[in-house]
Amino acid sequence: MMTPLALGVLAGAVLSGTSLLYATLGETLVERSGIVNLGLEGVLLMGASVGFTVTAVTGNPWIGLAAAALTGGLANALFGWLVVLRKANQLASGLAMMFFGFGLSALVGAPHVGAVIVGLPKWRPAWLAALPWVSASTLFNYDLLTWLALPVALLVWWVLFKTRWGLGVRAVGESPGAAYASGRNPAVLQFQALGFGGVLAGLAGAHLSLSLTLTWAEYMTAGRGFIAIALVIFSKWNPLRAVAGALLFGGAEALQLQLQARGSLISPFILDMMPYVLTLLVLLAWGGSRRLAAPAGLGRTFFGSE
Amino acid sequence: MLTVRGVSKRYGSVLANDGIDLTLNAGEVHALLGENGAGKSTLSKIIYGYTRPDAGEILLGGEPARLRSPRDARALGIGMVFQNFMLIPALSVLENVALFLKDLPLVLDQEGIAGRIRAIGGRFGLQVDPHALVRQLSVGDRQKVEILKLLLAEARILIFDEPTKVLAPHEVEGLFQVFAALKAEGYAILFITHKLREVVACADRITVLRQGRVAGGFGPGEAQVGTLVKMMFGESGGEAPAAMAPVGGGTQPILELRGASARGAGSETTLQGLNLTIHEGEVLGLAGVSGSGQKELGDLILGLRPLTGGNRWFRGEDASSWSIARLRERGVAFVPEDALAMAAVPGMSVRENLSLGTGAVYRRGLAVDWRALEAAMGASFEALAFPMPPLDSPIAALSGGNLQRVVIAREMAHGPSLIIALYPTRGLDARSAASVRDLLRRARDGGAGVLFISEDLEELAEMSDRLLVLFQGALVGEFPRGSWRLEDVGRLMTGSEEVAGV
Amino acid sequence: MSETALRPILRHTLVAGAALALFSAILLVAGKNPLQAAADSFRSMASVYGFSELLVRMTPLILTAVAVALPSRLGLINVGGEGQLYMGAWMATAGALWFPPLPRWAMLPLVAAMGFLGGALWAAIPGILRAAKLVNETIATLLLNYVAPLIVSYSIFGPWKALGSSAYPESPAYPDAALLPTFFETRVHGGLILALVALLAYWLLVDKTRWGLQMRAIGGNAEAAQRLGIPVAVFLVAALALGGGMAGLAGMGEAMGVHGRLRQGLSPGFGFTGFLIAWLAGGRPLGILFMAFLFAIITAAGDTLQITQGLPFSVVNILLAMILFIVLARRPGASR
Repeated sequence: MMTPLALGVLAGAVLSGTSLLYATLGETLVERSGIVNLGLEGVLLMGASVGFTVTAVTGNPWIGLAAAALTGGLANALFGWLVVLRKANQLASGLAMMFFGFGLSALVGAPHVGAVIVGLPKWRPAWLAALPWVSASTLFNYDLLTWLALPVALLVWWVLFKTRWGLGVRAVGESPGAAYASGRNPAVLQFQALGFGGVLAGLAGAHLSLSLTLTWAEYMTAGRGFIAIALVIFSKWNPLRAVAGALLFGGAEALQLQLQARGSLISPFILDMMPYVLTLLVLLAWGGSRRLAAPAGLGRTFFGSE
Repeated sequence: MLTVRGVSKRYGSVLANDGIDLTLNAGEVHALLGENGAGKSTLSKIIYGYTRPDAGEILLGGEPARLRSPRDARALGIGMVFQNFMLIPALSVLENVALFLKDLPLVLDQEGIAGRIRAIGGRFGLQVDPHALVRQLSVGDRQKVEILKLLLAEARILIFDEPTKVLAPHEVEGLFQVFAALKAEGYAILFITHKLREVVACADRITVLRQGRVAGGFGPGEAQVGTLVKMMFGESGGEAPAAMAPVGGGTQPILELRGASARGAGSETTLQGLNLTIHEGEVLGLAGVSGSGQKELGDLILGLRPLTGGNRWFRGEDASSWSIARLRERGVAFVPEDALAMAAVPGMSVRENLSLGTGAVYRRGLAVDWRALEAAMGASFEALAFPMPPLDSPIAALSGGNLQRVVIAREMAHGPSLIIALYPTRGLDARSAASVRDLLRRARDGGAGVLFISEDLEELAEMSDRLLVLFQGALVGEFPRGSWRLEDVGRLMTGSEEVAGV
Repeated sequence: MSETALRPILRHTLVAGAALALFSAILLVAGKNPLQAAADSFRSMASVYGFSELLVRMTPLILTAVAVALPSRLGLINVGGEGQLYMGAWMATAGALWFPPLPRWAMLPLVAAMGFLGGALWAAIPGILRAAKLVNETIATLLLNYVAPLIVSYSIFGPWKALGSSAYPESPAYPDAALLPTFFETRVHGGLILALVALLAYWLLVDKTRWGLQMRAIGGNAEAAQRLGIPVAVFLVAALALGGGMAGLAGMGEAMGVHGRLRQGLSPGFGFTGFLIAWLAGGRPLGILFMAFLFAIITAAGDTLQITQGLPFSVVNILLAMILFIVLARRPGASR
């Protein structure tokens, strides 16, 4: 028998897991090409802020969503300019992107704090709504991004492992020298991966402001970008494993919200720590075994042909 | 098929190639012979388009070829098997091959590619499982993948840069059979090596390089070992291995491993129940194919790797849990393969590097007593008859040989009683390598114990007073001086024979 | 001044100028008047009080910069200054509230030690995880940044909640003996002296001692350092803990020197700004001093923007990012 708590957690896990999953998939693509974008947090914020603002101005969440996706792509292109073309240090550039995202999202979102928007429409198929324990909950009442989350994960996996482009991206991430030797241009592939990854990160940010909360607030991502980076490690750079990771962490978040809503005796601040502590614990448990799974060229700057 | 005409290339003050002519015919193995620094790799890089010559040209089928990058070379059907394979360990054989296919479709046809790999593999004796990860393959199999890659990418001219260096003796046989199969189908093979015996065994045509010039060429059946040696080294006859009698070898053990085991993580090799003793005044050679656990064993002795079983004894004391610093204090020294990577800090000056690893010997309060350090190190350089490089110059600016000398001078400064030498001559030119070997011998004569780890059997034979063979993390053979035949050692190295020897 | 000393200053000025120009362009696009903002900022700083406020801001920035610079000698990337700062303030508060009434000469060193310890222990967690090769210190320090303020919030909403001030959650005021002295009728407090001493100690440690040399060896080639008998793991943990302690001192200074009690929002990102300062200064002590002053000006300008232009304070992050972008794009690859 499904209790209301369990149902609430499950429904919430899927909802808050959605943006985590998109962010994780985007970063997975980027890291497979050998680049770490530590500024994912900032990209998410920009996506959330731009998505919200455009929606508030146009009244159309789809335009907002498209704008957020574009913002993510552009943000990663800027990052790519630094780390691929200028060969700047990836970690420092990532932190710079984080600051940029903090500031730009605040600037863009400021005029619309408190605005009321129409979010992404949600629906659930009639046959699912007819199930007895579903009808009373928010389970399966999802927006398009949530419905597409699993197919997108499958798509990213397929592209990475079954196509020529994916093979090239993985080769660049493992050994830019070998990829170059095979006649590929590592910089081009890295830019492409960054672009697609950025679009996914922009969508992830937009899902927060356009579906989950329907508000814009500074720093509203609250570390989701870093959790997503940890999830990439957790999922061993595999898009399909990322689904499980996103659900687990979405679940932790949902559990905390449900407990708070039910007047749990545990301090909300302690509950708020859960995702971060859980992330750390997961990384710890993974610690020894993950080194082999990481792309060998991750974080290294490729300086030329030899 | 391919003609090199008057190719010259200068690096700084060194004329690496000086007017070289060479012709490579279809259906022939052409050996390019010369000692280190004779200009072999420069020439191969020029043919492969990595480097452009200052003068001269490369003709393909009589036409001048435009070789501005390896890409051009590959487009013209020239492929190269590098010493350090250009393979991606995390990808499968199939994926590594697919990367280089000229007709790769947008969506990978995995079974189709696997079929082609099996077909070509069967034809030339290059059987490998297409779905295996390259990381899991032996060195010999990796080389097969490298060749498969070139064949499937439609190369007709294959350059092999010292391909036998990484192989065990019986694998070398296999490679020569592959050469024969390729030859029969009209491929042209340029085989770069400095090993005479191999050249005589498989080459149809030989070109000898010395100091950047062609010292001589031979057609099929013309070459004789004696002539070749003279051509390679000039009239002096080169540095022929000095026949040396074993110095009695002290009986006093310095270091002992008793049933020592250490788990290896990831791609490292696990060591199982090793028993070995290093005595005063002996060079203990350690043979094994690449990845048998040599580095792990060296690290175990140096205290870098915790024992998971068994004991380490040092001069009669149980040293199983001693730290690296403590072992070093007691006179354990380390001469590595790649000094810049393993024993020096690139961003520091020579002086600062000399101070590292000396513990708290040269101290002045919390600071370093630079004057005392310089005096001691100066004495060490003098005792070794090494020129002392400028102390303020960055260590990374030194040449490989000079860098190795700095590390050796530092390690020898306190009269070590045990020296762990891990591939100490790799990457050095012939002269520097000989001087390192000579130095280790002198340390041995002075009473130190030396563990000499190498993959070069000839070098091991020259150096060792006693020889151990390591295979997959276990000691599988031991030979006192003069009792080994290289064939036997080779077989043990590759696990094709059970424990033998004493 | 010699030409070689002038050149870096010229370079820094150029970078700052270019970043300001880009930032102005962004403000213009957002419909704000950058010239007005600059004039307002300048007016607010060009007085004795305005200048003293810059020193107040500079105090935690020096300490959080040292918190980053020290571990960076070993190649460690400590992005957790923010969390370490909060834990320093938290532990110092615990000391101030729990210790029996003591005279100031005994109380101040005790709370300072507690503040140091709070940051040090907090940073030791990622240090140990890194030394054990389990979790990369960058990600661990980042994650812990989110946990530390929650611990502070938990405490001031719970056990340490001050009675009678329920409108604004904060701890009770510290006893007078635990307050850092202030100077000349300004808010400049004893923390500044602490910060300068810490900077001096940092310089002596990394430039003058054997440990500093060994730290550089680890940063330059950890494998070689290990092979040469330097206890790398011990150094990793100690350097991060020492750095965390510095950030903890910054938190102590803010709590005991500026606020007088423990509050949420104790730091408007001092930890992150400290990272930038240390990185831009390349870990050089004088550079840290100079950059800390520059960033004090920038963040003060952020306050002015907030008040006079109705912009969120965090907009100033764009200016920080612009400076970083320009510097990163200028020195390819060699950057750490």
